[in-house]
Amino acid sequence: MNFLRKQLDKAGENFKPGSKFEKFAPALNAFDTFLFVPNHTTKKGAHIRDAIDLKRTMITVVIALLPALIYGIYNAGAQHFGQTGEAFTFMDAFIHGSWKIVPMIAVSYIVGLSIEFAFAVYRGHEVNEGYLVTGLLIPMIMPVDIPLWMVAVSTAFAVVIGKEAFGGTGMNILNPALTARAFAFFAYPTYMSGNEVWVSEASASKVDAITGETILGSLASGNEVSYSFMDMFNGAIPGSIAETSTLWILVGAAILIFTGIGSWRIIVSGFVGAAVMGLIFNAFSVNALMAFDWSNHLVVGGLAFGVVFMATDPVSAAQTTKGKWIYGFLIGFFGIMIRVFNPAYPEGIMLAILLFNVFAPTIDHYVIQANIKRRKKRLAAVQA
Amino acid sequence: MDYVNLFVKSIFIENMVFAYFFGMCSYLAVSKTVKTAVGLGAAVIFVLAITVPINFLLDEYVLQPGALKWLGAEYAEIDLSFLSFIMFIAVIASMVQLVEMIVEKFAPALYGALGIFLPLIAVNCAILGGSLFMQQKDFGGVSESLVYGLGSGIGWFLAIVAIAAIREKIAYSNVPAPLKGLGITFIITGLMALGFMSFMGIKL
Repeated sequence: MNFLRKQLDKAGENFKPGSKFEKFAPALNAFDTFLFVPNHTTKKGAHIRDAIDLKRTMITVVIALLPALIYGIYNAGAQHFGQTGEAFTFMDAFIHGSWKIVPMIAVSYIVGLSIEFAFAVYRGHEVNEGYLVTGLLIPMIMPVDIPLWMVAVSTAFAVVIGKEAFGGTGMNILNPALTARAFAFFAYPTYMSGNEVWVSEASASKVDAITGETILGSLASGNEVSYSFMDMFNGAIPGSIAETSTLWILVGAAILIFTGIGSWRIIVSGFVGAAVMGLIFNAFSVNALMAFDWSNHLVVGGLAFGVVFMATDPVSAAQTTKGKWIYGFLIGFFGIMIRVFNPAYPEGIMLAILLFNVFAPTIDHYVIQANIKRRKKRLAAVQA
Repeated sequence: MDYVNLFVKSIFIENMVFAYFFGMCSYLAVSKTVKTAVGLGAAVIFVLAITVPINFLLDEYVLQPGALKWLGAEYAEIDLSFLSFIMFIAVIASMVQLVEMIVEKFAPALYGALGIFLPLIAVNCAILGGSLFMQQKDFGGVSESLVYGLGSGIGWFLAIVAIAAIREKIAYSNVPAPLKGLGITFIITGLMALGFMSFMGIKL
């Protein structure tokens, strides 16, 4: 470690104000703070210092994502071998999945981070750690077989338009990872839906009938579902890379809630909203999607992943306590509604979160206004 | 149930702003604070909910080919539909005049904040668009057109209030200098439309 420190300090000489590479100082600082605790001291005024800085927050989210990611890698392989009918061990599946998913993660980080570095150098602000999470989330919500250049294009769109145009980490209005997925979804619809994209190399398999549709996709086209509740809960189903296993997502949720990084209010109210909508539809149950049991609705598709990791994004979510309850509930409620009503987008939870990212500031505004009104009334009552 | 469908559809699926990008001028100009946005949004709801049914009646009994039958058999041949633009605009302009007088009387502060954009509702394409879509949609009765007008107005209201809240929030964002102001607002509008894409294709 000492050696690294010395090398960094030596390199730092070239980046001091007034020297040759002054402009590129943010790039070096990013590496520095990534490896070491920054030794800034507060110069004036009283401050509260907390160990939970942006870097710690983001790394906690990354750790919370890992269980779902590792299972997702395994599942990508398992679905592939299940499709071709070959026998496989855990390691076979894991290695096959890694070949698919590690390049996606690499592409997303390389593209996203180079844009972030370029913006930081050009605009003279520091590189923020926010992209560590976004860059991992983007591949996790894409289908397995999506071409890498699409990952790159959607990442670039999300980082430039969704985030840097607003000034970088903490200032965006939509969740950047979801922006990337929505972009890919609307720009290349054939790669994001149908029955060939969710299982890796499904079209190359020797079997004629491919059953690689997502559960919601096949329900929307009126077919029966052959998976049990436990399959769906454990995640041995086709789908975007990391969204299939509710079990491991809940492990991540536990980490987020325990460390206080993710808002448990949003997570709880999100599931409640989805359950309420599911129950309402069960009461009518006109078609296959409506009759789909409400408890199943909670464990298939992107609902759990979206509610736990996307809706709780502290930047784009509602900021007020009461607002969080409303925001989470509406996401779950509308997520299931879009899923059932909109035959084009059975994976509606992504769009529901984007929609309420848009309305989150409005919710906050009215919560705050209501608060002001209540306090004014109390003041008037006291004065009278 | 039909009315509910039509209502929901006109608010979300056929949202005036995000599906057709109608009424953008005042949408972009008056969305700096939530308070004025609510005022203008309410004015648009009011105008749309009144002009669409009135224009429906006009269309049904005066303008359509054969609409003048009720005057007598010799008028059954007359087709006045070439007048629909000018008639619709006249109705809209007089309604806007009425709204303006009401706002000036009862909410002078709002009247000052809205400025020129209140009379400009008269040429807001969302309003004329509402009437023209109504003509195209062949509604069965005046109540349907009322529901449609009300729904479109509420959709526009939601859009402008949402963007106003976002713009209040991003006042603290470090937006690149060339994008400040209208530039970033256009980007926000595009991203909001991405969120509203969730409703595209829903069949009610």
